[in-house]
Amino acid sequence: MPPAKPLPLNFSVVDKKHWPLWEIFIRSRQGLSHRHVGSLHAADAEMAVENARDVYTRRQEGASIWVVPADSITASSPDERDLLFDPANDKVYRHPTFYDLPDEVKHM
Amino acid sequence: MEMDLLQHFDAYVAAEKKIEPKDWMPDAYRKTLVRQISQHAHSEIVGMLPEGNWISRAPSLKRKAILMAKVQDEAGHGLYLYSACETLGVERDDLIADLHSGKAKYSSIFNYPTLTWADMGAIGWLVDGAAIMNQVPLCKCSYGPYARAMVRVCKEESFHQRQGFQIMLTLANGTEEQKAMAQDALNRWWWPSLMMFGPPDDNSPNSAQSMAWNIKRFSNDELRQKFVDLTVPQAELLGLTLPDPDLTWNEETGHYDFGEIDWSEFQRVISGHGPCNKERLETRRNAWDNGAWVREAAQAHAEKRAARRDAAGETAAA
Repeated sequence: MPPAKPLPLNFSVVDKKHWPLWEIFIRSRQGLSHRHVGSLHAADAEMAVENARDVYTRRQEGASIWVVPADSITASSPDERDLLFDPANDKVYRHPTFYDLPDEVKHM
Repeated sequence: MEMDLLQHFDAYVAAEKKIEPKDWMPDAYRKTLVRQISQHAHSEIVGMLPEGNWISRAPSLKRKAILMAKVQDEAGHGLYLYSACETLGVERDDLIADLHSGKAKYSSIFNYPTLTWADMGAIGWLVDGAAIMNQVPLCKCSYGPYARAMVRVCKEESFHQRQGFQIMLTLANGTEEQKAMAQDALNRWWWPSLMMFGPPDDNSPNSAQSMAWNIKRFSNDELRQKFVDLTVPQAELLGLTLPDPDLTWNEETGHYDFGEIDWSEFQRVISGHGPCNKERLETRRNAWDNGAWVREAAQAHAEKRAARRDAAGETAAA
């Protein structure tokens, strides 16, 4: 991670107080799940919703918005990706294509 | 260990796979992306200024509404890109501070003035056209968040180019004065638009590495040629003349040959000596400084609201 750079002297104190980062999830229409679209900064959750409306739904992309503080998200570690998903690797019998059926069975 | 990681990374990227924020990446890859994405974000934000100049003077309510929507889109594009850049572990306020101190660059095209309404047409048609040419390949770039931001940007950007072309078309089919105004705008914006693709390939030191990392897909000269080939017939359709006496169709190559670009002008503008560099940065700094009270007030309001909620919670608990 690059080291933090000092702010120029003419910046006021409040500039150093970052608004927290919010991850934004949008449901594009009823019946679909919310999908991550990006992030933005806002002073609080209400403002995050308002900003998300302006930033991510200018063309009717949204029917519902979720905002989540970015630091509340726990993610799996990419370094352990192989290990974590390994148990699913050798279970081809979980897929329908694993089963050979006689041609006579048309739909199953 | 580092060597293993690097080899794995190179092979992974070469196989057209995507890198996500928490994946290991070489420092130089991260640095290149921070520089490129932040410059791109700054360009969107500073790019609002030349057009903002004409919002209050648009010739009709319809044109005004369209221009406002376009400028609002540019703000949105800047925000998507800052958000993508922050996934690399930088703070947005630091990026903005670098823009304001002059340390960070933005597209040199926005240091030219917008003198007439026809400039809104020329910018949409040529500048947004060139930007799309640059951005479409970035939708497939190896860094996931950047690629995803570019998909959104490109989707929205095509309306920008069309509205610009339509302004040019209306002027070109208007009175003699209107046609002359369109031609004048084309004369001023043509060469700076060609410069938007960056220095020629033999003088573009970072290109090879960016290509190897699948950040860049086509060379500067390739994209520039593609833009010229696509734009010449559009200019003919408008009945306007591109300001380049050397522009000719080359039967052999199947491309248009075009004249020498004045790279000394490009260097001058990018190093801070274009017609509007000072004005653009001053406007950005003022916007930031004059907005300080808004940021402060929002913060204070959020704190007050949180405190009130806490107090209510305590009462309920008691």
